Amino acid sequence: MTTPSRLPDPYGQGGGANLADILERVLDKGVVIAGDIRINLLDIELLTIKLRLIVASVDKAKEMGIDWWEDDPALSSRARHNELARENAELRERLAQLEPAGPQREEAP
Amino acid sequence: MSGLRYVYAVCHPYESPLQRQLSGVAGAPPKRLTHHGLVAVLSTVPEHEFTEEALRANLEDLDWLTATARAHQQVIDALTAVTTPLPLRMATVFRDDSGVRSMIEAREEELRRVLDRLAGRVEWGVKVYVERPPESSAEAEGAARPAAKPVSGRDYLRRRRDQTRAHDDVWQRASEFSERLHGTLAAFAEDSRLHAPQNSALSGATGQNVLNAAYLVSRADSEEFVELVDREKDDVPGIRVELTGPWAAYSFAGEFAEDPGVES
Repeated sequence: MTTPSRLPDPYGQGGGANLADILERVLDKGVVIAGDIRINLLDIELLTIKLRLIVASVDKAKEMGIDWWEDDPALSSRARHNELARENAELRERLAQLEPAGPQREEAP
Repeated sequence: MSGLRYVYAVCHPYESPLQRQLSGVAGAPPKRLTHHGLVAVLSTVPEHEFTEEALRANLEDLDWLTATARAHQQVIDALTAVTTPLPLRMATVFRDDSGVRSMIEAREEELRRVLDRLAGRVEWGVKVYVERPPESSAEAEGAARPAAKPVSGRDYLRRRRDQTRAHDDVWQRASEFSERLHGTLAAFAEDSRLHAPQNSALSGATGQNVLNAAYLVSRADSEEFVELVDREKDDVPGIRVELTGPWAAYSFAGEFAEDPGVES
């Protein structure tokens, strides 16, 4: 109806639009209308789709630079492991700081 | 060949034709189906790709998803250039034209209501990122590697405290900046939505996304909005502002209640 009035040139969009931005919109936003084909996209959150992608094609996703799950402790056992390792190191350091008191106690009868 | 109908958007009737070479999802050119004075923009998609089962599988296929999402957005984009589309969520598929007509009849009132509300308006996306200051990121790297050069525990803890404090400062500044920016932009825009921050690795952007907002702005005010963002964003060290758009009003189109009884 309304014809466009001097819209500024597209920013960060058009051909080179960020896939994350596009997915955020086409998967998560817009009008939700169930078609005759009942894919339950209605109930599938973007996160779920992302998870499915990972399960389906980790390598492909990595190729595209999508590897966020590696840093997310909720999703990645490696990230969880790193987190544990970091915590461990910190505790060890703290322990090292207390150490001077340690040997004395051992020497006591 | 038989085919299903993939609906991109619903619009008020519009005059200007879409660009000639536009191809939609699965390569077919989008067409208009006018019913009850509303236009559904759709294209034919192959049945073997869009049955429920096929869709489930295809959505897990990154190539397919990327191609489909981009094709969907391309059509919406083209529509945005000539009218105000009400974008549908990706993969809204009907068996045939009569399925699309029934949907329009069933939802006519709501479709009109939202279309009227959005008419002549577009969406702009604004994101704020915190860039990590270089020294602190180098330190963080050292701290994350437990096997690195041994330092005394006190040293370690002190460094860690400093680092946390520096990081907190940047965050503090970024969140104040974001709040102020959002306040300014929201006051200018007709409506606004705050979205969850994007994971930087998924978006490929550097830095941590702290504000991910969408603003509904009339076409007439868009130029001014863009200038406003430009003005507000300048030269805050460690903080980056990103503008995307104009988008169809995706973030403001979803004001429908859950789909009532399409089952029947």
